Amino acid sequence: MAPLAPKTGDPLFANVERVNAELFTLTYGAIVRQLLADLEEVEEVNKQLDLMGYNIGVRLIDEFLAKSNVSRCVDFKETADIIAKVGFKMFLGVTATVTNWNAEGTTCSLVLEDNPLVDFVELPDTCQGLHYCNILSGVLRGALEMVSMKTEITWVRDMLHGDDAYELQAKLVKQVPEEYPYKDDD
Amino acid sequence: MQFFGGSAAAEIAPSPAAPPGTATGLAGNNANMLYIFNRSGVCLLYREWHRPLHTLDAQQDQKLMFGLLFSLRSFTTKIDPTSVDKGNLGVPLLPGQGCSFYSFHTNTYKLSLLESPSGVKVILITHPKTGDMREPLRYIYNIYVEYVVKNPLYVNGTPIKCELFNTNLDQYVKTLI
Repeated sequence: MAPLAPKTGDPLFANVERVNAELFTLTYGAIVRQLLADLEEVEEVNKQLDLMGYNIGVRLIDEFLAKSNVSRCVDFKETADIIAKVGFKMFLGVTATVTNWNAEGTTCSLVLEDNPLVDFVELPDTCQGLHYCNILSGVLRGALEMVSMKTEITWVRDMLHGDDAYELQAKLVKQVPEEYPYKDDD
Repeated sequence: MQFFGGSAAAEIAPSPAAPPGTATGLAGNNANMLYIFNRSGVCLLYREWHRPLHTLDAQQDQKLMFGLLFSLRSFTTKIDPTSVDKGNLGVPLLPGQGCSFYSFHTNTYKLSLLESPSGVKVILITHPKTGDMREPLRYIYNIYVEYVVKNPLYVNGTPIKCELFNTNLDQYVKTLI
């Protein structure tokens, strides 16, 4: 009998290799700072962070699946729960809560009380449009695309802009089943 | 391709105990091969340690293998006696949806399959007396993650050309044969 997939990420978090949280935060801060210096436009930086996150997400999903041994989620609700409890815990060390489900179960909000990426960060007046943690939305989008779910992830609340928590809205656009890739040529 | 940080091997959980029937050196006349496919049918890796008979050229062989598993999965889902909702045969399935078959064996070989929800399929062909290979396949998937997915020089969706991965994989599979 295969072991049941963990419903919380704590045992996994204890097992994966960890880096110093401050190193992580400061490295991320340096990346954003450099992007701002190179690209200058806040919108461009947002897009670039999202793209970087996407590239990370498509690889991260395999690591997540290999280490956590979860089987296929039955629906988007379960997916969101697993992301919040197991995924975030495994990679960032914090858990998120899932709220605000819409009627069809295709949109929800992931709320993060504390976020290791933004320790020590303050946004100056010139960068008020910047979504500092936009890399997270890219990661989620990339990872979900590799499990056949096309999603749109946007930031609803951001503590750096004065709100009280971080809230990501995840909207499932559609499920994309795999198709037989070879054309019938013979 | 160079992979920096060679201490990765220490982090993979200790390899699972080999299932009964392995390490008996029965590879005499038996095939021993490994395929790894991704979700679009690209064969990322094909390794053979022992193969007495080559019937098709490599491309055809891989296409055949992928097609076989794809169809088998559709078929097993369709005739599943425990599930209520049966899709129509031929309708594309999400990986992991429907029932996932693990292995089949014939009088000359056993084929074991692991499919992840992200569509990565690990296929191992061994001699027919091998026991349940799910744990070893899971371990091989972990090796793939450590050496290939985390390799910054690897482009997703292309065949794997990483020496470190091949070495580790060979080392592990030798304990299974």
